[in-house]
Amino acid sequence: MTTIAENKPAYDGQALDLTGRSGARAFKNTLATVLIVLAFVIALIPLAWILITVIGKGYHLLLNADWWSQSQRGITVRRAGGGAYHAIMGTLIMALITAVIAVPIAILGAIYLVEYGKGTRVAKVVSFMIDILTGVPSIVAALFVYAVWITVFGFNRVGFAVSLSLVLLMLPVVLRSTEEMLKLVPDELREASYALGVPKWKTILKIVVPTAFGGIVTGVMLGLARVMGETAPLLILVGYSKNINLNPFNGFMGALPTMINQDRTELALPHAADRVWAAALTLILLVLVLNLLARLIARFSAVKSK
Amino acid sequence: MSSPDGTAPPDRPDGTAADQVAADPAPTAQQSTEVLTESGVEATDGTPAAAKAGDDRELALGPVGHLGDRLFGGLARGSGGLVILIVAFVGIFLLALAIPALADDKSSFLFSRVWSPGGSHPQFGIAALFYTTVISSLIGMLIAVPVAIGVALFVTYYAPKRLAAPVAHAVDLLAAVPSIVYGLWGALFFAPILLPVINGLSDGLGWIPVFKKPIGDNVGVVFTVSVVLAIMILPVVTAISREIFAQTPIAHREGALALGATKWEMIRMAVLPYGRSGVVSASMLGLGRALGETVAVMIILTVPNGNDPWDPSIFAGGETFASKIANNAAEFDSPEKTGAYIAAGLVLFVVTFLVNSAARIIVDRSTPGAKKRPRRNRRAEGATA
Repeated sequence: MTTIAENKPAYDGQALDLTGRSGARAFKNTLATVLIVLAFVIALIPLAWILITVIGKGYHLLLNADWWSQSQRGITVRRAGGGAYHAIMGTLIMALITAVIAVPIAILGAIYLVEYGKGTRVAKVVSFMIDILTGVPSIVAALFVYAVWITVFGFNRVGFAVSLSLVLLMLPVVLRSTEEMLKLVPDELREASYALGVPKWKTILKIVVPTAFGGIVTGVMLGLARVMGETAPLLILVGYSKNINLNPFNGFMGALPTMINQDRTELALPHAADRVWAAALTLILLVLVLNLLARLIARFSAVKSK
Repeated sequence: MSSPDGTAPPDRPDGTAADQVAADPAPTAQQSTEVLTESGVEATDGTPAAAKAGDDRELALGPVGHLGDRLFGGLARGSGGLVILIVAFVGIFLLALAIPALADDKSSFLFSRVWSPGGSHPQFGIAALFYTTVISSLIGMLIAVPVAIGVALFVTYYAPKRLAAPVAHAVDLLAAVPSIVYGLWGALFFAPILLPVINGLSDGLGWIPVFKKPIGDNVGVVFTVSVVLAIMILPVVTAISREIFAQTPIAHREGALALGATKWEMIRMAVLPYGRSGVVSASMLGLGRALGETVAVMIILTVPNGNDPWDPSIFAGGETFASKIANNAAEFDSPEKTGAYIAAGLVLFVVTFLVNSAARIIVDRSTPGAKKRPRRNRRAEGATA
């Protein structure tokens, strides 16, 4: 650089060519751009393909009111008819019970991490454990509940056991997102509340949590979306039933993933195949609606810092 | 208690000690109180330190709401403790139920490839399961990571501003597809188009046992599973890489551009080195996800006939930990059999635990965000001490 500056006149119209790109460098740049755009296209192909397949093969049953109001009771793989009401209700009931158990623990745990335990050694251990829980495969969570619920206590395989294992999967999702949201609440709000003589617990419940509420709801939605699609716990912890069973403590229970799993071995039969894809589409719709709701809530209720 | 500057006489009475320390120049006082609380000497003259620690809080809150605070604080702490207990319980229960079965196991659990638990002569080993689990996940990661880096770069630096957010959400939607749908789609629609790839790879590299194709056109093979796993973990790896890349300091990027770097050179010199550890940990998290994936693997992968010899090829069928357990859920009838599957689940738990911990350690050591965190913690500790 210095030699160029010394030997060349200040400006000769050539040496100061600011674009300064040799062919090889320009080529590499173009190549990288092409590859990066290509990576993006490659990533979108499976998404589009899956959605088109599932929608195309499954939509016509969803247009039928029976799909939303009838069960599969008495309907064999060779026959048409019936609906997915039992499976939809099963999926919703199990997810709801999971949420009822997991959400309070998750929110209180996040409050502990942000408001009480900040920086202490216990908080670090808790934080680490949540990371571990995030990585626990659903089949391991299911085996754990199987070990406790069935092997140790001797209970039956029921919907509630599935909910228990799903708690392990939902807890870290909700806890992490709540934690992030609570961290975003400005300290000035807390200090103002303390200065007015409001006790810490009331400050948290009336100031901090309401401020972060939108974010917490987003986390709950994402957690629900995650557990609704899980199949492994259903396979191990509850049998599939074609009848409507709304009692999670007694008897087998239908769910969308197990409904898919039930008929997928008979895909050669047109009616069974129809039901498989319709159930898959219903499941995707449920999960997508939850995801989109979460996004919308997040967008309209972001914590305004400063 | 002798203050660091050595001015304090060693035989001072306790009452004056605090005053004298407080009368010292400010930084020294700060230091000595911190030394006090940290080394736990409060036992002898803890009262001044404790009173000082209490000051910050008690004054702000007053005596109001003590009971409420204790209850609510207790609940919050309890929930924190519950999280620790849950993870500990998972490990302990799996271990407790696996041990009796392992004691009965007539073959080497870690090195045997036989799996026939139950009966009077139970034999089961995880070698084959371990191999299939790890190799399918590793290949999945190898495929997913370059694509994920490309997508993350596209979203952060190439896509038009207005497109970036929708594009990012579209990739995130991949995570919203339930795994059983991946399994169905993978087995029915995606696997057949992989046949030419499988044939091409085995023609070229078939002299290596791993790439040797068995006779017949089976598409439900480890390689197919790997590609589907790659699609499934793509959103995880992309989301984290995207965040890391977006955090590259603008000075680094503009510095590179100002030196005349092309866009790609800017990314290679500024963005990629900055985000390397983040991408590594994101890949590890993706690997953890792939190792534990159950239903998609179960649907796609063909279970080899029990009489066939074991085949290490990625173009052969097999079973992973998760798919083995799920495939045989109906077999959980006797404690020994169940114990064998729980032992396999325990190994999967330990492997994912190690992989995810490694990811976390890499994040904590070297993400740019982590540098800020300890400082904030120190301030928080200083406030309470």
